[in-house]
Order: sequence, then C-alpha cells, then structure tokens
Amino acid sequence: MTLDEILASLFPAGHQVATSTAILSGHASLPPIGKVHVLGVHGRNYLGVDDAVVLSRQVVEILTSGDGQPILLLIDSASQRMSRRDELLGLSDYLAHLAKTLILAGQRGHRVIALLYGGSAAGAFIATALAADTLVALPGAHPEVMDLPSMARVTKLPIAVLEEKAKATPIFAPGLDNLAQTGAVLETWSPDKPLDGQLLALLAQPPAAAHRAALGAERRGRPKAKAIADRIVELAGAGA
Amino acid sequence: MSSWYEASARQRIEALTDSNSFEEFIGPEDREISPHLSLFDLPEQFDDGIVVGRAKLAGKPVLVAAQEGRFMGGAFGEVHGAKLTGLLRAARKLHWPVLILFDTGGVRLQEANAGEIAIAEIMREVVLARSETIPVIGLIGGRSGCFGGGGLIAGCCSTLVISEQGRLSVTGPEVIETNRGAEEFDSKDRALVWRVTGGKHRYLIGVADIFVEDSGDAFRQAALEALSRPATLDILVLEHEQQRLERRLKRFGGIQEPRDIWLALGVTRPETVPALSTDAFLSQGGAKREHANDAR
Amino acid sequence: MEKLTFKFETNRAAAGSLKQALIGVVASGNLEVLLERTENPGDCTIEIATAAHGFGEVWEAVLADFVSRRAAGGLRISINDGGARPDTVSLRLAQAVRMIEESLA
Repeated sequence: MTLDEILASLFPAGHQVATSTAILSGHASLPPIGKVHVLGVHGRNYLGVDDAVVLSRQVVEILTSGDGQPILLLIDSASQRMSRRDELLGLSDYLAHLAKTLILAGQRGHRVIALLYGGSAAGAFIATALAADTLVALPGAHPEVMDLPSMARVTKLPIAVLEEKAKATPIFAPGLDNLAQTGAVLETWSPDKPLDGQLLALLAQPPAAAHRAALGAERRGRPKAKAIADRIVELAGAGA
Repeated sequence: MSSWYEASARQRIEALTDSNSFEEFIGPEDREISPHLSLFDLPEQFDDGIVVGRAKLAGKPVLVAAQEGRFMGGAFGEVHGAKLTGLLRAARKLHWPVLILFDTGGVRLQEANAGEIAIAEIMREVVLARSETIPVIGLIGGRSGCFGGGGLIAGCCSTLVISEQGRLSVTGPEVIETNRGAEEFDSKDRALVWRVTGGKHRYLIGVADIFVEDSGDAFRQAALEALSRPATLDILVLEHEQQRLERRLKRFGGIQEPRDIWLALGVTRPETVPALSTDAFLSQGGAKREHANDAR
Repeated sequence: MEKLTFKFETNRAAAGSLKQALIGVVASGNLEVLLERTENPGDCTIEIATAAHGFGEVWEAVLADFVSRRAAGGLRISINDGGARPDTVSLRLAQAVRMIEESLA
C-alpha cells in the first residue's frame, strides 16, 4: 500500500497530514476515538538530526497539550542518517530525545502506535517504531538491524552462509517474520480489510511494548530474555 | 587500577564501588551464556559480556552494570541486554540509582534482532526509572567506546560521564566511511575520530556532562557527583531538552569540522584542545562549553 | 565449538577458602577461566569450549603440566577459549589458582 492509500484507509473521512521531504505530520479523526496525531518518516528516507528534532518537537507539543489522544507513527525509513555532520552534532542525543518523547507520551496517557509499512533500520527503528507502545506492520514491511550484504562484510562471512543460518533462527536476519517472532512486532495487518477498523481494534487492546520479552519467549524467537530479566529483578529484590 | 580504558569490566566495578561491596547477579557460575553464538561457532563468555549487580558507592546502595568491551566488542546480545533490562526494572522496585559502565560497539550482529529489541527495552526502562526520579548514570571511557544502540541508551541517561579516551556516536566512523566514502569520514584518521566522537568534543558540545581523567578514582568521584544531580524525566525536562537541541542545530548546524564548533564556542586556539591536559581542558572548556543544564 | 573434558588425579588440593575465581576475557588470543571448588580434593576436572578444533592433545599436555606444577585438587575448571596460545593458557590457569588461593593475582 502506498502512504496515500494507507492514510485513506485509516481515515476515510479525510485527514490533515502533510508530508515534507522525509517526514510527515498532522492529525486526523478516527471515530469514535476522535483526534489522532499522525507522525512519521516516509519514502525510505534516512533519519538525521534535522528531521528527528522536528518530529520530537511535534511530540513535545502533543505532550504539553495533554490531550491524551493517540499518536500514530507511520514508518517507511532507512536507518539513521550516516554522516559526519550528524555525528558531530550529537545524533545520539537527537534520536534518544525522540525516543524519550514517544516513550513518555505512552506513559502520560497517550497511546503510541507505530505502523511499519515500508523499511526501518537500526537507530531509526529504535527511535521511532520501537519507541511506540505497540508496533504493527503491513505485509511487505521490511524492518532490519542491518542488511545482509553489510552484515556479511562486517562478520566476514559469505552472504550464502548467513542466508543458510538465517533459516535456522529468527535472531539476526532482517524481515518482518523475524521481528515478529522475537516479539517486536505484535501483528501484521491485512491490507484487504479497512485499516481504520484494525486500528480501532488495536487501540482497544492494552499496549504491547511491556510484553515484548514475553512474546519473544512465547513465539520462541527470544528464548532467554524474559527469564533472565525476571531473575535479575528477583535476585535484586531478595535480601535488599 | 591505573587506566579505566585498559581495565576489565570487573576491575572497573572494583575501582568504582566501595571495597568488597559488590554482589553480582547471575554471575559466571550460572553459565547463562548466549544461546546463539554456537550457530556461528563463536566462543561464549559465562557472563555474556556484562557484569551486573548491587554495590555501595560511598555507603549508598547502587545498582551497577559494566560491559566487557573485549568480548564481542561489548555488543548487546539477548542475554547481555536482558541483564541490563532486568537491572533497570529492579532499580524501580528498590528505588536505587543505576550506574551503567558502557563499553560497547552496539548491537551484536549474530543476535541483531535480540540486541536491537533489548536496546529499545532498556531505553524504555531508563525512561520509566527516571520518571520516578531515579538517577541513571552513564560512564564512558572504555576501549569499545559507546556506539550504536549504546549511544542511544546513553542519550537517555540522567548524567553522562566521559573521559578523553571515551567515544560516543551512533554510526561508527568505519561504517560511515563504508557507506559514504573516506571523503565523508576517513575512519583511519584517529585525530578526526576523536574530534568528532571523543570525550572532549562530547563535553564541549553538551552531549556529556562531566569530563574526567582516565582513572578509577576520577570516574568514582564523578559518579558520586552525578548521584546528587537532578534525574527526573518529565514533560518540562523534555521541553527544555527540545529547546536545547534546536538551539544546538541553529548554532552549529552549518559546521563540518569540530574545531570550528569549538571556535564558535569561544575556545581560543581550538587546534590545541586535543593536546590539553585534563585540568587545562576543564579550565579552558568548562566556561565555554554548552551545558545540558539537566535538560536531558 | 569443540567441547573437551579432562580429569586429573592429584594429591594436592588448592589452598584458600574462596569458593570460586574468574580470570580472563574471551577475546581473540585470550580465554576465561572459571574455578569452582568441588567436594573431591583428589581430582581436578577441566572443561573446555574452544572454536579451534583438533587441539585436544595440546590441551591435554598443557593441563597435565599445570596439574603437575600447581595444587589444583578439588577444583572444577571451566574454560571458554578465544583461540589462546598454550603459554597464555598456562598463565591464566596459574593466575586463576593464585586468585582462588587468595594470594596475589
């Protein structure tokens, strides 16, 4: 689905979402919920300091308004922008800040839903999609930490070897199935059914992010994460 | 311990915390190794490259996590990440501060998805902890630096302490070079790497808050100081941070070379900055630097 | 990964009262050695995980030498090897025993 098709299906009554070169922002109405804030990255663009600070400004304003309305992130990005300038200026601050605003929004009465409809990678993925309280995707979405050719270069393993190993485990290779199995992506939506209905159904469920480790264990993608974290909490609490 | 940079994770914990006060959670004897490295015929480490537990700092109870940068580059894997996630959750139960001794290249590629999700889980826990005014203090000065997802976690901390040897960035210089060419970033130019990602620049531009010597004592003193700094994360703090980050872009967004940023800050003879001793650097740079002013 | 196990009989038990000791890091050319006390002071068991296959005899020789020189009885020694040379292995084993005996590491 294209961004326009997605917006049309999410908001059949129309929307006020504008796109700039790499990002989108605005709002729309989703009856009976009312106003939904819409933000995102489109066009498989990289996320650098300049766009991250604009997105976070939107979230800060939503937070300050205290309207408690849902925030919908639509994501089709590449990774973080890889440049000397972005690092020079402290990209880590900008991406972390964006994530903080989204995470805090989720704590302060806003549902924060990310709909991954295209790509998303590495630092951009962490600062947007994974900072939402719930992450869902459309088929064909392509989340990744690193593309396989780059991984092959860094690990010094042939691509064919990585592809073979990827058949045995969802733990490292790109792809929606893998990110679902490891507990990051809650569900994949159907492009053949109205998206507004699917969003309403999702908003009626509790936030999923707190349960990613449990989901990862259940789906056998991350067999140890939940147990290890739980044990640390238990050990820390004992005799403290 | 002489050099923090050269020390192991365990040596750093020993230098940082009160004598004999450290108690490890899920120590090496539990053998909670990575379930994924054997697929790549890679050796495991019993603590999966991160040592976590509780300790005292000047008599005050703290939770500590120290990454071992020499094991898999200190990178986040499933177990490694989960230990830190659990520690931060424990911080909220106990209401104790957390010290994170970063030494990481980012996400462990062989467990990329688990590492990536762990980073996000950890960031969420840091925000939750700080929402309850629990200090989460990052210490950066190890051989592997604080890169990738580690850099993003650092950006969530209430106070960041860094040494000259420390490096902090999202994309590493080699990866920038591979993707954009040496013109964009010559990763073999060590002086450039440190001007862009190193402790002195991070301190001057307000990415890091406290600059220290490369020693256990210095990091310990800084951690103590950090414990008394504001740690709350709320809407007001984020509003201030937003303004600060917008201002930084306005002020320096057109600049390509770190020395020109230092010049713009009012540092006289910026070319001498790398060679300055810690004391000289602090007296010169301390007054001129960008402060986060707890808006972080 | 190749897993190797050795058991040596010894009539000298490791001194000291520390229950366990850990030395080293699993980095290229290095190894980690975890020492734990066992109930039986008459033997020393050593478990090794290594990515370098086929060096069983070299390990055996290094370990036999170690057990003959040091009081290593009553110990379970677990090693994660990052491709260390025999002399590095010997060094770490010696360091580990000194540590568990609470003498200078």
